[in-house]
Amino acid sequence: MDIKKEEILHIAKLASLKIKEEEIEEYRKNLQDILEFANIINSVDTEYLEETNGTSTNINFLREDEVNNFKDTDQLMKNAPEQENNMFKIPKVIN
Amino acid sequence: MNLYELTVHELIEKLDNKEITPEEITRSYIDRINEKEKDIKAFVTITEKDAIEKSKNIDRKISKFAGIPIGIKDNICTKGVRTTCSSKMLENFISPYDATVMDKINAQNMITLGKLNMDEFAMGASTEYSYFGATKNPWNLNKVPGGSSGGSAAAVAADMVPWALSSDTGGSVRQPAALCGVVGLKPTYGLVSRYGLVAFASSLDQIGPITKDVEDCANLLNIIAGYDNKDSTSAKLPQKDYTKNLKNGVKGLKIGVPKEFFGEGINEEVKEKIKNTIELYKELGAEVEECSLDIADEALAVYYIIACAEASSNLGRFDGIRYGYRAKNFENLDELFINSRSEGFGAEVKRRIILGTYVLSSGYYDAYYKKAQKVRTFIKQEFEKLFKKYDVLITPTSPTVAYDIGTRSTNPLEMYLADLCTVSVNIVGLPGISIPCGVDKNGLPIGMQIIGKSFGEETILKVAYLAEQKLEFRNKYKPEYK
Amino acid sequence: MSREDYEAIIGLEVHAELSTKTKIFCSCETNFGGKPNTHVCPVCMAMPGALPVLNKKVVEYAVKAGLATNCEIAPYSKNDRKNYFYPDLPKSYQISQFDKPLCVGGKIEIETEHGTKQIGITRIHIEEDAGKLNHDDYGRNSLVDLNRAGVPLIEIVSEPDLRSSKEADTYLKKLKSILQYIEVSDCKMEEGSFRADVNVSVHKKGEAFGTRTEMKNMSSFRSITRAIDYGIQRQIDVVENGGKIEQDTLRWDEVEGRTYVMRSKEDAQDYRYFPEPDLGTIEVSDEWKEEIRKSLPEMPEQRKTRYIEEFKLPEYDSNIIVSSKYLSDFFEVATKVCNNPKSVSNWIMTDIIRVQNEEAVEKMPFSPEQLGQLIVLIDKGTISSSIAKKVFEELLKQPRNPEEIIKEKGWIQISDEGEIKEIVKKILEDNPGSITDYKAGKDRALGFLVGQAMKATKGKANPQLLNKLFLEELKK
Repeated sequence: MDIKKEEILHIAKLASLKIKEEEIEEYRKNLQDILEFANIINSVDTEYLEETNGTSTNINFLREDEVNNFKDTDQLMKNAPEQENNMFKIPKVIN
Repeated sequence: MNLYELTVHELIEKLDNKEITPEEITRSYIDRINEKEKDIKAFVTITEKDAIEKSKNIDRKISKFAGIPIGIKDNICTKGVRTTCSSKMLENFISPYDATVMDKINAQNMITLGKLNMDEFAMGASTEYSYFGATKNPWNLNKVPGGSSGGSAAAVAADMVPWALSSDTGGSVRQPAALCGVVGLKPTYGLVSRYGLVAFASSLDQIGPITKDVEDCANLLNIIAGYDNKDSTSAKLPQKDYTKNLKNGVKGLKIGVPKEFFGEGINEEVKEKIKNTIELYKELGAEVEECSLDIADEALAVYYIIACAEASSNLGRFDGIRYGYRAKNFENLDELFINSRSEGFGAEVKRRIILGTYVLSSGYYDAYYKKAQKVRTFIKQEFEKLFKKYDVLITPTSPTVAYDIGTRSTNPLEMYLADLCTVSVNIVGLPGISIPCGVDKNGLPIGMQIIGKSFGEETILKVAYLAEQKLEFRNKYKPEYK
Repeated sequence: MSREDYEAIIGLEVHAELSTKTKIFCSCETNFGGKPNTHVCPVCMAMPGALPVLNKKVVEYAVKAGLATNCEIAPYSKNDRKNYFYPDLPKSYQISQFDKPLCVGGKIEIETEHGTKQIGITRIHIEEDAGKLNHDDYGRNSLVDLNRAGVPLIEIVSEPDLRSSKEADTYLKKLKSILQYIEVSDCKMEEGSFRADVNVSVHKKGEAFGTRTEMKNMSSFRSITRAIDYGIQRQIDVVENGGKIEQDTLRWDEVEGRTYVMRSKEDAQDYRYFPEPDLGTIEVSDEWKEEIRKSLPEMPEQRKTRYIEEFKLPEYDSNIIVSSKYLSDFFEVATKVCNNPKSVSNWIMTDIIRVQNEEAVEKMPFSPEQLGQLIVLIDKGTISSSIAKKVFEELLKQPRNPEEIIKEKGWIQISDEGEIKEIVKKILEDNPGSITDYKAGKDRALGFLVGQAMKATKGKANPQLLNKLFLEELKK
């Protein structure tokens, strides 16, 4: 298995991360090492096994449709780096 | 004797006898923090003023824990006090709400001393990956305290807090507890609400206590355990008193010792001390048997695939829009996202996001993520087989004792091996506790892990309690500077 | 080759907002308006540590929609995360359903010019809506409002069974009416609570299907029809000119009447779907399913049959009335009041639909009870039908009890024979020429005389009585 530089850049883009040119090789190498180690899972025969997505066994954990508004909505805005008219301000979104 | 040296149940006894007041306790800890913090660096935020103020008006009738101080790992949301996850990303983030566990702590009228250091977003095993700097191990200031809850474990070990609430995704409570010579419990998945715990890996995260002894551990579990309608993975079970059966002994109890966890990668002194403790259980009437659980490497691989996959998604919300770090320079929306995230996250967090994104991405999902979830089923079945025969399993908590700061963080894979003994418990959702069972030739603590059946906390606490009473670790060994 | 040599294949993905009281994963109210970011909480604002809990009503409504469209209800279902970065998506993932949707394999019937046609429903799944992006006054920044974030949606995916914009339009209107009948969505297209994305491909008849494109951003039935027609023609033009259709996602521009490429296949998003670890599984037992089925109201098809058989309404009228839940409910209530379904139907088919079209509104300002009362007044002979029209106009302007209107305006019909006889005599005296005309065989003269009498009484005279008395007098 050989992970290419382009793949690292593609994955970084998906994750909204920028990797500096000089760091790419390090990330590439790390990812490759870990995936090589992780390939040990292929030694397990899973042909007849279902996936376990989580260990909670809850079924139909549901909430009644009853309004309970959050009281401190002001506090929700307080951490905003930039806001205007009680909205979060961001650079213009172009479709 | 100083108040800060006492366990919580000892403090409660003195409070009940009116020998001391909550204010005296809080001041004792604050003084201790002020004395030791410069060496240990266990805290991200110390809430000294609020703590002392609150300690003056404690109604002891509210609960037996009223007026008892506590430290909180900095990834548990506390309203009004910043919750940073030891990340530049959340350096100034103040949660608009309290985590469910904080509601429970506050309902007891307990006193929060501050927020404790950790590896950034709980990703690490040494607390070296904190944006605010590494925490030191009180047993030897050149050594790591373990992680990710290194701040919590070090603070408890150094008597800077009587106990702490931390989180465990792959060993983050148990491993630092082992390296710092204190008690750490990861409850069964679903026993403690995750609402308000900043998510690392949702299907693995669980909040647990780090305490000076097993009785305190049972007490803190009593406070935080229980069904929560805000967490869809919360288990609907009747409330239990985990202190009730602590002293019932191990006669007739079946203990399995998986031989693979005592193999090559495990330090000899660690093996020896744990085997000695197992012998002790035999003498006390338990049935001990060697067994096989050959999944450690697979579990570690499954762990890193699933944890990083979930993390890559959970950490998407840190985009510089609603809260958290926002880059100073950006020309457009994409740059706002990318620059804020690239500057706000540390290297290890980015490494794991990259791995997680990779294993979920088109073309690799089946080979890694899906396959890992199937192997997870296999691991679950292996545990189920063993738990048909045994009540508990005993393994080391960490393959080694505390190591020198700065010696491992260069090689991520080597560092991930620190989680070898602990991750499988998270993968299958079982409870595990780490207790100190001795020290190595350099005087560094060794932790032993007791793994229980699903919701079998009472049993592992009972097993842990007995060894603690016989080994008398707290009386025999102390961190170097005490 | 001409357009007739091609066949178009159309499939629709409809998003309908569910009319629950609270959001899908938190207890925030969905019924909002006014100040931005006020119907939000740590969950829908994606604060660190906040967790979702699924609204039971959302499951019920989705199952209801599934049952009403003849879907199979999955006994086991789950939620998945769809990961992508966008400022209106606070978690950077949308909780949706990927491989285990709640409902699969349904169908609905539509009427086309070639008769009844079945349109397959591939699946219906639940998911959360995103927030809204507004623009600041200077147009240099965007502003994020998360009031809508977390409002529940169902996505209804059709099979590629549609062949023309007309069929697509009929399908959408049928779907909308079904969702309104079962009261799971108010389907207000203008408010964005009913939206459709369109997949279109073309191929020469007898050949294999072509490459499809997806069109987004249509905000009315009309724009969907236009976009489909445009899309089909554009693809035919490309093929005719020897070009190749690319599997693009296109954005419809309503003003320019054309599409622009939003995303090409190469930069298709990789959404990295995976099972949502914060939520448990959804299991709809047979008991629960039956309970939901029992809550389904009478559907349009059933109502139509009843209107034709019980009320003897024409099929055409019945079709139009049941095509809208509003009209159909209006019909039912008004009929209950006046017990005259034919008359109610006539009012709907003429005046109400006219007002709907002229004013471009769905709802009348007055209640169906008031229309019923109006019909009662006509049937009792209290007012004439020409007065009734005036009362109707008054109801539009200022809705109130019709009886009050006629009292207030003095519009009560004159039905006293003596009084009308006086009027008849007076009109005949004033118009001797008309008497001559009538006797000379010009029947129109009678109409003229009645008209004069109506004018003199401001329309209040009972027309039947007028007719009768004029005839009596003229025959003398």
